[in-house]
Amino acid sequence: MATLQQSFKNVMDWIDDRLPVTEAYEKHLSKYYAPKNLNIWYYFGIFSFVVLVNQLLTGIWLTMNYVPTGEGAFASIEYIMRDVEYGWMLRYMHSTGASAFFVVVYLHMFRGLIYGSYQKPRELIWILGMLVYVALMAEGFFGYLLPWGNMSFWGAQVIVSLASAIPMVGEDLAIWVRGDFNMSGVTLNRFFALHVVLVPLFLLVLVVLHVLALHEVGSNNPDGVDVKANLDEEGRPVDGVPFHPYFTLGKLPGIIVFLGLFSAVMFFYPDGGGYLIEHPNYEPADPLKTPELIAPVWYYTPFYSMLRAATFPLAGLDAKFWGLVVMAGAIVVPAVLPWLDKSPVKSIRYKGMGSKIMLALFVISFFILGYLGTVHPTPGRTFLAQICTGIYFAYFLLMPWYTRAEKTKPVPDRVTMP
Amino acid sequence: MNRIRRYCIALLFPFAANAVESNFPLYDMEPDLYDQASLQRGAATYMNYCLGCHSLGYQRYKRTAEDLGIPERLMLEYLVQDPNAKIGDLIDSSITDENSKVWFGASPPDLTLYTQLKGGPEYLYTYLMTFYKDDTRPLGVNNMVYENVGMPHVLLELQGIQEKVCKEVPQIAENGGEMMDALSQNYLTEEVCGMDLVDRGYSPLQVVEGTGSLSPDEYEQLAYDLSNFLYYVGEPTRLERERTGVFVLIFLAFFFVPAYLLAREYKKEIH
Repeated sequence: MATLQQSFKNVMDWIDDRLPVTEAYEKHLSKYYAPKNLNIWYYFGIFSFVVLVNQLLTGIWLTMNYVPTGEGAFASIEYIMRDVEYGWMLRYMHSTGASAFFVVVYLHMFRGLIYGSYQKPRELIWILGMLVYVALMAEGFFGYLLPWGNMSFWGAQVIVSLASAIPMVGEDLAIWVRGDFNMSGVTLNRFFALHVVLVPLFLLVLVVLHVLALHEVGSNNPDGVDVKANLDEEGRPVDGVPFHPYFTLGKLPGIIVFLGLFSAVMFFYPDGGGYLIEHPNYEPADPLKTPELIAPVWYYTPFYSMLRAATFPLAGLDAKFWGLVVMAGAIVVPAVLPWLDKSPVKSIRYKGMGSKIMLALFVISFFILGYLGTVHPTPGRTFLAQICTGIYFAYFLLMPWYTRAEKTKPVPDRVTMP
Repeated sequence: MNRIRRYCIALLFPFAANAVESNFPLYDMEPDLYDQASLQRGAATYMNYCLGCHSLGYQRYKRTAEDLGIPERLMLEYLVQDPNAKIGDLIDSSITDENSKVWFGASPPDLTLYTQLKGGPEYLYTYLMTFYKDDTRPLGVNNMVYENVGMPHVLLELQGIQEKVCKEVPQIAENGGEMMDALSQNYLTEEVCGMDLVDRGYSPLQVVEGTGSLSPDEYEQLAYDLSNFLYYVGEPTRLERERTGVFVLIFLAFFFVPAYLLAREYKKEIH
């Protein structure tokens, strides 16, 4: 035994002299101190990692049988569903995973909002996180075309045609993106390349940077207290515990519960009543047959609503262009959050009434926008979408004022345990 | 079971919507994939009446035979109509696009995923039940859920021809109950037609007696079997998926116990 340990140590020493494996292990796992008061909201970062791994693995296996051509794509999906051993499972894991990814990422972002995780010194973590989110949206968008179902086709058609709303270069830009005058197999080919190579590469690099930046400054916590301010005699945070094993094995039950929920959807409601896999996607792409209602998958619908909420032309440019601006603005504006929040405290626990009300309004309007994006627009619904879009932007753009004006509560010196 | 499931879906996805082409309400139809006899009858009807035009181009004979408990020899002998088809082939129709466009004005769609496309078998079931005589149409028939349908009523010889009729139905009192004559205990009836009948929960159609070889009950069963079969074809792995899901959830439940006990030990160390 002793000799075994000795030889293991020798090997590790040999490697460590050449590559800092042990150092990295300690820095990021065994001696990375996370605040001990992290609550349920802090699970969603771990969950998104679990889903990322799921998407990468199932995605690789799906490409083994998927045919990225206009002629073969749709049939190859059904081939995977019927003739490939456990192909149906791989495909449902991937399609359910896509929705699960957005569920956990939205909750992860919401955690950041309520506990002020974007505030100094975590601005870069937040911005890198927003870039991950944008990459994820792109990944989902490109991936959604690949089954080459009718909703895939028309959804992509609508979104790509948005480019044509840009003055002067719009039409050419749309043709350049599609590689054709209309959506076609050429578009499918390039979306496939982007979905399986380029965007995942970006995504992985951004995720690594997101985590590296986090480990440089350490995790925030529900109290917004700086745990590094209280160190013991050995320089370890008094209110911190090592990430491994406390937040790896220690959080295993939570991960199992998550996998249980994931499996429940994946095995029993894989198309989610038409929300995870939309019914029109069960017929092949048909440029001559527009689905009755073109709705993006649920995770884009809040932004889709904002796009449709712009209904009048302005400054000589048509409404479609302004819709595009509003939508892009809605995706970009959260990135500057660290500089909009002027509150002296981080956590919602110690912020004033103004922040709480605005956050509640923000969440409600985001849900309403999400719903409106799944249904036909009517004048009443469009008006509601305009109000909610206003609230969405007000939450961010008025933040410098309402966070400064409100009365905050005193923040404790040490973290509070539930 | 299915109703419970539908409620669950409604809870999970509160905005779930069904796409319906006309206002005609769909009939209830609870598919049963464990009823192999029904699926086999449905397959037989499909091969004899539908496959001439509608392929099941993503599904193979072999898989169908296995899942439905039909020996391959019998499948080849009685259900595979194409003499050149092998058991491992996809269930393709022999009609060509050019011909069908000339004959019907459109190519008959592949039906492998039709029940999935319609979000369940109810649409197809209702469609099969609601062909009716309409002399203004080129083929003499129309359909309640698919207005101005281009397809002939292929099962006409079985069902017979249905006609749109007016029916004598009980009058509704102000309190919502059905009105009855106090003396004779007979219902007070009124004549109701068209969509008003549908709103009252009656079919607006009636088979002209003697025109079909099956009784209305027998035809209903046939429509059920056929819809059930296409529900199976829409996702042949459905039963395997649900069975696997149960095992996965049981495994996770067992795995949870030691994971929880381990996590509790770690939690004790955090003060």
